[in-house]
Amino acid sequence: MSHRGSRVLRLDALARVEGEAALHLAVRDGTVTEAQLRIYEPPRFFEAFLVGRGHGEPPDITSRICGICPVAYQTTACQAIERACGVTVDVPLTELRRLLYYGEWIESQSLHIHLLHAPDFLGHPSAVELAREHPAAVERGLRIKQAGNTIMEQLGGRAIHPINVRVGGFYHVPTPAELVPLAERLRRAHDDALETVRWVAGFDFPDVAYDGPLLAMRDPGRYAIDSGTPAVMAAVAGSDGATPVRTLPVEEFERHVVEHQVPHSTALVSQLDGDHYLTGCLARYAISGRWLHPSALDAARAAGLGDPATGAVCRNPFRSIIVRAVEVAHAVAEALRIIDAYEPPSRSYVAVPPRPATGCAATEAPRGLLYHRYAMDADGTLTLARIVPPTAQNQAAIEDDLRRQVQSRLDGPGEPPGDEELTALCERAVRNHDPCISCSAHFLDLTVEHG
Amino acid sequence: MTGRVVVIGVGNPYRRDDGAGPAVIDALRARVPEGTVLTDSDGEPGRMLGLWHRHDAVVVVEVVHAHPGQPGRLHTLTAERAARCAARSASTHALGLGETFALAAALDRMPRELTVHAVEGGDFGLGRGLSTAVADALPELIRHVAEAIDEAHDRLRRASTLADDRGIA
Repeated sequence: MSHRGSRVLRLDALARVEGEAALHLAVRDGTVTEAQLRIYEPPRFFEAFLVGRGHGEPPDITSRICGICPVAYQTTACQAIERACGVTVDVPLTELRRLLYYGEWIESQSLHIHLLHAPDFLGHPSAVELAREHPAAVERGLRIKQAGNTIMEQLGGRAIHPINVRVGGFYHVPTPAELVPLAERLRRAHDDALETVRWVAGFDFPDVAYDGPLLAMRDPGRYAIDSGTPAVMAAVAGSDGATPVRTLPVEEFERHVVEHQVPHSTALVSQLDGDHYLTGCLARYAISGRWLHPSALDAARAAGLGDPATGAVCRNPFRSIIVRAVEVAHAVAEALRIIDAYEPPSRSYVAVPPRPATGCAATEAPRGLLYHRYAMDADGTLTLARIVPPTAQNQAAIEDDLRRQVQSRLDGPGEPPGDEELTALCERAVRNHDPCISCSAHFLDLTVEHG
Repeated sequence: MTGRVVVIGVGNPYRRDDGAGPAVIDALRARVPEGTVLTDSDGEPGRMLGLWHRHDAVVVVEVVHAHPGQPGRLHTLTAERAARCAARSASTHALGLGETFALAAALDRMPRELTVHAVEGGDFGLGRGLSTAVADALPELIRHVAEAIDEAHDRLRRASTLADDRGIA
C-alpha cells in the first residue's frame, strides 16, 4: 500500500487505557491532517451536582470521579475547602495525608508500568502474554502494587474510594503499631521498585521528544505532590542553556489554563496561555527531579535519565515508563520515612467552620496536576465547584504527540507503514501518557453460542 | 491446608445493572457458613488476584453483556469459558474479568476452583437501582450463589478429610 493519497484510520476502542476513548487520524498525501483523541464517555456533571451540597462533602463526592486516583481528588478538595475557610491543618495530619497519597501513587504507577505499558516494549499484546514470558517481573509489579493497596486500606479505610478522609484531616488515625506490618511490606517494595527501574531502563526507546511547555507543582526542596505552587517549564531553553521555570500562583490558575469544548470529545480541552502543554510525570521530573529521595535519584541516574540533581529533563514520552518507575521508588522510600517518624497526632482532624469564601488548590495526581476551586456561602453550602483533571489538560498534547509521531514515521525511511502498524504506533503513543478517562462501568462481552 | 470459599461481587452499584454483583453480596451477608469471605470488587486485576489464595474455592458474581441479549438470563461459567468470552470482546476496562483469570493462570495463581455466576444486564446508565429484568432475576441468582457456596464448602471439607486420611498436613 502506498502512503500517498488519502486515508483515514479509526481506532474505535483503545485498549489498555483507563476508560473509553477512540482515535481518529486522517492522512492526506503523506501528511497527517487530523489527529483526534475522542473521549466518548458521557459527561458526568460532578461540578453541577456539588453545588448545593455541604462544604464537608467534596472529599467523598469527588473521590467517586476516579477509581484509580480517588486520593488525589480527596486531597485537592480538602485543601481547597480548608483554604477557603482559612484553616491550616497540623503537620502530622498533612504527613498522614501524604502517606495516603503515596499509597495511591504506588498503586497507580505500578499498575500502569507492569500491566498496561510494559507489554508495548516487549512486543506483547497484553499483560497476560507478558506474564507468561516474564512472570517474575509481573509478580514483582503486583507485589509493589499490593504495598500501595495496603496503605490505602490502612489509612483510607478500604481499597477503593477511601472513606476515612475528611475536611480537616481523618476520621481515625492509626497507632504506630498498626503501621508496623505496612513498613515491612514497604521495605520489600523498595527493593522491588529499584529492580523495576533497572528492568524498564533496559527497554528500547524510540527517539522522540515532546516540545511544548510542561506544567507541574513546584515546592523547592521537595518532589512536590500535595504542596507548592503550579509551575511552567518553557518549551525551549534560554540563551544560558537553562530552561526557564515560572510559577503560576494557584489563585491565577484559571486565568492561564482555559478549558474549551471541542465537538469530538466529551472532555474539555485545556490550553495554557493559548498553547497545548503537558502535565504528568515528565513535567514533575523536569521541575522537581532534583528533589527526589536519594535512592530514587541514584536509580534515575543509573537508568540513564541524566542527573536530575543538575536539572536533567526527559521529554521523551516513551521514557515516561522509567520516570514512573523512579516515582514509585521515591513514593515507597518517602512512605517509609513518614512511617518511621510517625507519632500519632494529638487530634485526628482540625475543625473547619464555614464562611462565605472561595478557595482553590492543586496537587499532583499520578497523571498530572489536578485543580479544584469551591465557593461557599456562610453556612457552607457550595455555590460553585470547578475541577480541572489532568487528562483533560493533556488531551491537546496527546493529539499533538500523535500527529508528530505518525508524521515522523511517514517521513522516515523504509517501507511505508500499513494501517496496522500505524494503529499500533498510535496506541503506544496514547499509552505513554497513561490517560485516565475514568471508567465507571465494566463489561464482560458475552456471545451466546447456540447448538 | 483447608481453603476458604471466597465470593466476589464484581461491579459498580452506581451504574444500574452493573451493581447486581455487589447486590448479591449484600443479600448473602449473615447467611453464609463460617469460612466464607464475602467481598466486592471493581474488577481491577491486581486487587482481584490479591483476594484469593491458591487453595481457595472462588465464586465470582458478575454482570455480562450478551449478543443477542436477554436481560435477566442467568449463566454459570467456568473460568475457562469466561476467559474465552472476554478474549473475543473489547473490555472497556484496562483489563477485563477474563483477562484477569488468564493473568492468574499465567502466573500460576488460579485458585483451586473458580466459577462465575452471571446475569445478563440491560441498563448500564448512571445511577443506582437495577432494571426490572435483572431485579426479578436476583432472587434466583442469590439462590444459585448460595448453593454454589455450600457445594464448595462440601468439596473443601472432603478434600481436607482426604488429606487427613492420607496424613497430609
